[in-house]
Amino acid sequence: MLTVENVTYKTGKHTLVKDISFMAHPGEIMVILGANGAGKSSLMRLLSAEKKASAGSISLSGKALNNYTAKELALKRAILNQQNIVNLDFSAMEIVQMGRYPHYNSKPTTHDLDIINEVMGITGTTHMAERSFLSLSGGEQQRVHLARVLAQIWDTPEALLLLDEPVSGMDILYQQQTLSLAHMLAKKGFMVIAILHDINLAAQYADSIMMLKNGRKWYHGAPADILSTKSIYDVFETEADVFTNPNTLKQLIMPKVITHHLSEQNLKPFTL
Amino acid sequence: MKNGLIYTLLGIGVFLTAALSLSMGAMKIPVQDVLLILVKKIGLFRNMPVDEQYDTVLTIVRMPRVIMGLLVGAALGISGAAIQGIFRNPLAEPGLIGISSGASLFAVLIIAAETAFLAGVSNLLGYYLLAFGSFAGAGIATLIVYQISRNDGKPNVATMLLAGIAVNALAGALTGLVTYMANDQQLRNITFWLLGSLGGATWQIVLCLIPFVFVPLILLPFMAKTLNAFALGETQAQQLGLPVGRVKRWVVVLATMAVGASVAVSGIISFVGLLVPHMTRLIFGVDNRRVLPASALLGALILTLADMIARKVVAPVELPIGVITALLGTPVFLYILIKDKKKIAR
Repeated sequence: MLTVENVTYKTGKHTLVKDISFMAHPGEIMVILGANGAGKSSLMRLLSAEKKASAGSISLSGKALNNYTAKELALKRAILNQQNIVNLDFSAMEIVQMGRYPHYNSKPTTHDLDIINEVMGITGTTHMAERSFLSLSGGEQQRVHLARVLAQIWDTPEALLLLDEPVSGMDILYQQQTLSLAHMLAKKGFMVIAILHDINLAAQYADSIMMLKNGRKWYHGAPADILSTKSIYDVFETEADVFTNPNTLKQLIMPKVITHHLSEQNLKPFTL
Repeated sequence: MKNGLIYTLLGIGVFLTAALSLSMGAMKIPVQDVLLILVKKIGLFRNMPVDEQYDTVLTIVRMPRVIMGLLVGAALGISGAAIQGIFRNPLAEPGLIGISSGASLFAVLIIAAETAFLAGVSNLLGYYLLAFGSFAGAGIATLIVYQISRNDGKPNVATMLLAGIAVNALAGALTGLVTYMANDQQLRNITFWLLGSLGGATWQIVLCLIPFVFVPLILLPFMAKTLNAFALGETQAQQLGLPVGRVKRWVVVLATMAVGASVAVSGIISFVGLLVPHMTRLIFGVDNRRVLPASALLGALILTLADMIARKVVAPVELPIGVITALLGTPVFLYILIKDKKKIAR
């Protein structure tokens, strides 16, 4: 279990995360939503222990995050970052193997190799194992990174899996595949926390949604309870209709069309 | 390919090249005599007769030179590979990004100071001073380039190369300044050193070089796993629980130690640190657990080969060895640049 209590994060004059508390449980996907600059990524950096909170506490499985050594933490939580630039020509398999680095000293054991094969199968990357990572498409590279991150925590019960915009810029098939994979991993017993931009995707897959604005938590609950025209307007300053999909009973969000009139801006159409 | 096989093949290659290099020169010594003399040196076949003259030339002139070539080559090969690991880029080469010229500047300063205050640079202490000075110069240059090239925690290649140009230019200018301010005796010593090649090798220099090369050769391979993870980015490597900060510091210290001492004894030899790791990666893959040791072996082989060519082409005169390594290395540099144009811009 992940317990976050009154966490605040400041850099210089700016307070990026203000007094946020929540709990995350194994078996569930929690999605963080919010406009650009709402503090989503900063919160993620706190959860991954990349940055230390200025105030408040975060504990993972009952132990404060600050009390973990880097090595212990590597066995309990993994992060899929938004951007992963690799300049050296590793094979896809070698990249996935790096996920097991915290588990072995010089040579991977058969257990490590089994896990590598298993996660590559699950993420659909087995066929590119021997290919050069640099020759893969953006989507394929991201899948290989996902495999690497899974390999890292695969045999740790109740591990924390952080996904920072895992599907931004990816096609619709990859988005669905990745989120349904995340769903399955949650069912396996991981705690999954993901930052997403697509509210509909969040509504489809999240067990709970946390909505941030200006570094504060505004809403937190099951998608059906908190996704509404009001909450979306509060957080995104965008008018939207919220329907219920009759087939899945999940929320469907349709932003209202914003119309700009030429006359409002003192513009004239080109005369053709 | 199995690791054992790779190292055995490379080892045999290094040995053969070294034997060939020992046999070559103004006085040709047949390879079998070279081998016999070497074998006798380790105490075997004591009663086989060898030509006294061969023995003398080999022991006093050629062996220090070849051994120095092997050490310098191994040092440049492995430190090139390691530096590319922390810069996360195959173009980071000690000569290109100013590490060697930083070392060179400090070496010139030391020579000027030694000439003024001590008797000269011909004793062992003098060589150690020179090596430590170059080590410091190399370290300072690396830190400057590394700090400048980082943008938001990530090294940027374009900035790295530009910072390298600046450091090279600055070190070059300061070196020029020192030579112009030098008195006759200092100038003579500095010029003699600046001309430096493997030609000045003596057993004393070899003795001084050994610790500076062997410590990095032994320790750097232990950093290989973390250096691999560096390819993912420093944050990602940290998330894997690897000692990123510590490894970075050690790599800088060890690599600049090797480069610095190499510059101190043989001057700037460019492009070995680029050419060798690149070839190793092409042949054996990019896993640093192989690249680091294999680059050391291949570096020793290539530099010995280059020295052989340098001595042969316009014999009896010698070409500076840097000419040969640049001739071999620049095409590789351009090739990486053209092949990876898009990827490298990031």
